[in-house]
Amino acid sequence: MIPLDSLEVGWFAVFVFLLIGYAILDGFDLGVGMLHLFAEKDEERRLMLNSIGPVWDGNEVWLVTAVGALFAGFPDIYATMLSAFYIPIMILLFGLILRAVSIEFRSKQPMKGWRWAWDILFFLGSLMISLMLGVIMGNLICGIPLDANKEFIGTLETILHPYPFLVGILSVSLFAMHGSIYILMKTEGEFHDKMRRWTNPCMILFLIVYAVTTIATLIYMPHMVETFRDRPLFFLVAIINILFVANIPREISRGRDAWAFISSALNIVCLLALYAMGTYPEIIRSVNDPEALSLTIYNSASSKSTLEILFLVAFIGMPLVIAYTLVVYYIFHGKVKIDPHSY
Amino acid sequence: MDVLTLARFQFALTIMFHYIFPVLSIGLGLIMVLMECIYLKTGNAAYLRMAQYWTKIFALTFAIGVATGIVMEFEFGTNWATYSRYVGDVFGSALAAEGVFAFFLESGFLAILIFGWNRVGKKLHFFSTVMVCLGAHFSAIWIVVANSWMQTPAGFHVVGEGLQARAEITSFWEMVFNPSSVIRLIHVILGCWLAGAFLVISIAAYYMIKRRYLIFARHSMRIGLLVALLSCVLQLIAGDQSAKVVAKYQPSKLAALEAIYKTTSGVPLTLYGLVNSKEERIDQAVQIPKLLSFLSFGEFDAEIKGLDQIPKEDWPNVSALFYAYRMMLAMWGLMLFLALIGIYLSHKERLEAHPWILRAMVISVAFPQIANQTGWYCAESGRYPWIVYGLLRVSEGLSKAVTANQILASVVMFSAVYLILFLLFLYLLNEKVKHGPDEAEKDDSSPYHALHHLVEETVHDPAR
Repeated sequence: MIPLDSLEVGWFAVFVFLLIGYAILDGFDLGVGMLHLFAEKDEERRLMLNSIGPVWDGNEVWLVTAVGALFAGFPDIYATMLSAFYIPIMILLFGLILRAVSIEFRSKQPMKGWRWAWDILFFLGSLMISLMLGVIMGNLICGIPLDANKEFIGTLETILHPYPFLVGILSVSLFAMHGSIYILMKTEGEFHDKMRRWTNPCMILFLIVYAVTTIATLIYMPHMVETFRDRPLFFLVAIINILFVANIPREISRGRDAWAFISSALNIVCLLALYAMGTYPEIIRSVNDPEALSLTIYNSASSKSTLEILFLVAFIGMPLVIAYTLVVYYIFHGKVKIDPHSY
Repeated sequence: MDVLTLARFQFALTIMFHYIFPVLSIGLGLIMVLMECIYLKTGNAAYLRMAQYWTKIFALTFAIGVATGIVMEFEFGTNWATYSRYVGDVFGSALAAEGVFAFFLESGFLAILIFGWNRVGKKLHFFSTVMVCLGAHFSAIWIVVANSWMQTPAGFHVVGEGLQARAEITSFWEMVFNPSSVIRLIHVILGCWLAGAFLVISIAAYYMIKRRYLIFARHSMRIGLLVALLSCVLQLIAGDQSAKVVAKYQPSKLAALEAIYKTTSGVPLTLYGLVNSKEERIDQAVQIPKLLSFLSFGEFDAEIKGLDQIPKEDWPNVSALFYAYRMMLAMWGLMLFLALIGIYLSHKERLEAHPWILRAMVISVAFPQIANQTGWYCAESGRYPWIVYGLLRVSEGLSKAVTANQILASVVMFSAVYLILFLLFLYLLNEKVKHGPDEAEKDDSSPYHALHHLVEETVHDPAR
């Protein structure tokens, strides 16, 4: 079994925790970002944007900190990943910039053209971020060619496979569904009823892409399946995952939007868990010689003393982070209201 | 162009553009805390409106600061992968600490600061403002610690050889408190305070010229000037101490900043001159004898190492550094002058009778920005050819897997995006300034707002 006493595993767990936090929290921001363009009226868009208004920025910090945690704990993985996926990373950064400035700038002027332009950019930014995160993750599942110095030796074509794009579309559909459920939770009245009609297409899209991705993984990514063959207990996670997905429409039909949102969040946890189980302990798989050249959490970690310091940082810092995340969500809980300080 | 030049250009472009905004956030953070604190103490609603106004400006600078800052965190890996492998063990922990301790604090409480005026009581709101200000300062701490380690590495040992070599921490606290980190941090924070203070001074002076929102402008001006003067005076000490550390630990940087080609004793301080890099001397120099030796080492006859101590191919760009350094000092002089004269005149209540001083104040927003940019240029370019001083060369830190075309494409992308961003920033800032502070809140649904209307009627404003 997994040796939980090792520092590398522990820090990897912290990293995964940050990543899950990011996917759940910023996931709905990205989903709302992609969906808000489909709302027709300015008030409706404002309601959607202000449902994420006070929190999206803090949610993005989970990604910033996850990347920082990767740099600190696994510098080789950080260096190889970012230099190998140069173009996808640049598109991701472009998306992050677009999203941050368009939500901020949009509300500063009332002109119709101005708002439309920023809405389109906000949509594109959210879409690019979701797609690129998936493409990078898909490539990590496929693996990339590496040399003995842990350097990427492929070209741009090497990372432009259909499978990573499929994972990209999966993450787009996942976040769109997650965002549509979040909107349900944060709105009321007529607009809420309208939003209820949006969740179904989002869920159907997600289920189709999820099914296709699963089939493709089973056929083309045999190494992902090995762990599950060796440890049948892990298969339970896949079953639990399906149960959470199935629970979402059930809760929505009963009008329990918050429970639907929690199911959706747990769906994300399960998906990331399945990914991690399939690839562990490799983070960057080498296609040319998986046994010798893959970057694992063991051969790419920082020194013991650095990992110990990092644990201290996480031990002091993470409870604080969780505390003020809860405080902020508590203060802004309930249905969205537009006031003079809103976007 | 080769990969190295492009990668260096891209880093310079993205970091210099980014650095316009966090300095404003840190400086305005302090000023917002002061304003809201005065509001809580006195109950004067004018200060509440000031706090709200500057919060909106803060939100704008913060948004662009975050958007451009996230680029930096990825760029270490995309363009400088070998450097990242080398320093990850040391540098990474500072970056992770920055995320955990600073960014979460800042962004979490920012939500309450910006959107929470009607949601929380005034004490909790003030607490959030303080937390955002602290978070902004914390973020400066960790990144300056990491950068100072690159200037004066300490608390580590090098493990492995060739491409496998990397620095590993031996003592965390020695790494954090390396010889230059504390003084450079103070120097940087004071630079941020100046940036915030002069933004406030500039906008307040603009309103005074236009004779609009005068009460708001006078109050803001006073706070801006006080912060500016205090920071200018402290910066004199911090700058001097910082230069002493450079003299001790980075002799080649000092030699380049002062264009000292030959190692000599009793070196004069060059106030102004033209660098003649062909004949390796300074033309038309205005100098104070022996002062540089004294300032650097406390002795008038101390020897200062010249550029002759290092191979010529390792020389930094001497003339650019020489001028940049003097530009920074000149900006400091201008800021001190404006702060002193501004305080004197506003004390005598005659500031508004001097339109030329006010006009100078309007453009003074650029002074700290120029000083910050040139100062960092000196710090970073003066370290050339090292990316980590004495350990790793800039050319060795590059990513092996990245091609020139990839970097060129991203340089084009960033240049275009940043240009548009900057124009939009100026446009929106201008709109905000023209719009002015809200005279009074329309929304009085919360007890917080109901209160300050009452307060407003009872407070007598002497300036009216």
